[in-house]
Amino acid sequence: MNPFSTDVEPMVYESGINVPYSWWAGETAGRFFEGLRDEGIIRGTRCVSCGRVHVPPRKSCPKCFHSGTEWVELSGEGVLQTFTVVRRQLAAVRQPVPVVFGLIRLDGADTALLHRIGEVPADAVRIGMRVRVKFAETRCGNIQDIACFIPCP
Amino acid sequence: MDPAAVIGVGMTRIEADKRSDTFADMAWEAVNLALADAGISIDDIDNVVTTSNDFWDGRTISCMAVGDASGARHKNVSCVEGDGAFGAFYGLTRILSGAYGTTLVTAHSKGSESISSLITNAAFDPVYDRSLGLDMISACAMQAMAYMHRTGTRPEHLAAVSVKNHGNALKNPLAQMPMSLTLSDVLASEMIADPLHKLDCSPVSDACCALILASEDRAARCPAKPVWIKGVSFCADAYYLGDRDLSRAGSLTQAAQNAFRMAGINDPGKEIDVAEVYDAFTYQELMWLEAMGLCGDGRAGTLLEKGHFDVNGRLPVNPSGGLLSGHPVIAAGLIRMAEIVKQIRGQAGGYQTGRAKTGVAHGVNGLCGQSHCVWVLGEEK
Repeated sequence: MNPFSTDVEPMVYESGINVPYSWWAGETAGRFFEGLRDEGIIRGTRCVSCGRVHVPPRKSCPKCFHSGTEWVELSGEGVLQTFTVVRRQLAAVRQPVPVVFGLIRLDGADTALLHRIGEVPADAVRIGMRVRVKFAETRCGNIQDIACFIPCP
Repeated sequence: MDPAAVIGVGMTRIEADKRSDTFADMAWEAVNLALADAGISIDDIDNVVTTSNDFWDGRTISCMAVGDASGARHKNVSCVEGDGAFGAFYGLTRILSGAYGTTLVTAHSKGSESISSLITNAAFDPVYDRSLGLDMISACAMQAMAYMHRTGTRPEHLAAVSVKNHGNALKNPLAQMPMSLTLSDVLASEMIADPLHKLDCSPVSDACCALILASEDRAARCPAKPVWIKGVSFCADAYYLGDRDLSRAGSLTQAAQNAFRMAGINDPGKEIDVAEVYDAFTYQELMWLEAMGLCGDGRAGTLLEKGHFDVNGRLPVNPSGGLLSGHPVIAAGLIRMAEIVKQIRGQAGGYQTGRAKTGVAHGVNGLCGQSHCVWVLGEEK
């Protein structure tokens, strides 16, 4: 409301929040990442009560609140449900823009996986296009073991 | 629900960079404006709810930065993390419990002091999602794409929201970005993340809002004319974006239906006189209006083009200029409520709508509208 008093120098305390933090992936995400890293397989969980298949996997069903799930293997192919082409180098984006982010519903899954879309001109990406997984050459057991999803031939 | 009312509102100007005021300074200003508005003193406040976010404020237990300035010393004070509309919900339940006659609710943030892309990236799950590099803008761009694909809403419809709301802000002395725009200005502005141009996105802002709630008994003893809470509800959707149909806002539909039912409203599109909805991005205003049942599914863009949502239209939406004209996150939903209170009292000045007996205010928390809080406020009890 009040303009800064002309006789006070605007001063700031410059700092940053950089606190190391380790998130345990837990046994469900841990198994998912093992599959990506060691076998090149994307796994989901199927709720034994409602049958819904979640990718990425969950230990319990967020839809019907049931605790029982079983592992399923997905083919690595699916449909692009929605996407965006990021054109400004937003601070969170770690690669040079343009970068395409999308939600990919893999065949056999009831939920979509968030990831990048690659090896396609940004302006050629369309909702509904079929895509398949491309694994990273070096895999460390995290979501970046998937390099991106690319258009099916 | 027992009758309860809003008896006072106060807010700072929304600015890009409030260098002269700390969080506490902003809270002090908003709280004192609200007390003056209600015609009561801090001694009449039975308890305080502050709303803030530690990441945005760059400190642990951020609520403690504003407690003293909110007159909370020696009072029961509690904090809500999220949007101010949710803080107000908690404040209301404290009154309905019978333990308190009045609640002072505040909500503040200063987007200018950090980097919003990094703050909102941290809302993503660290194990599955965060390292991909999405933030609020890119996530909402995906939602905009899904919504437009499903409904046939076009970029020109989105741009028209920006033109309307920035234009409305020309009459609001507290707005940060009053602008006289054309559709071409919006469509020619920088494409940040398809389909969102720069002028489809709300700005980074600093502000604080305060609101005073009261029981029926205490509202009757207050000099200001109360604005009654007719209905209120909030509802959350799944956390992971891929678990939702991003093109729809089912949790908002549910919250709105609950709130309208409480208010005895059968046809909200006809019975609501004015709406302040959470337009963090242009497409959201259209999508939220449809999800709330304030117009038919996929119809908001066309109705907007016909002037339906203008200040002098059938259902004025964001006559204050909305968040597109100033978006202090956290305070945003509480400001929506304060704006509806002003409209119902006939105190909105240059952006006063014609008939405003019943209005709806809306707050959002989470990525792509994960949680929605809907308030129906009215002139009569």
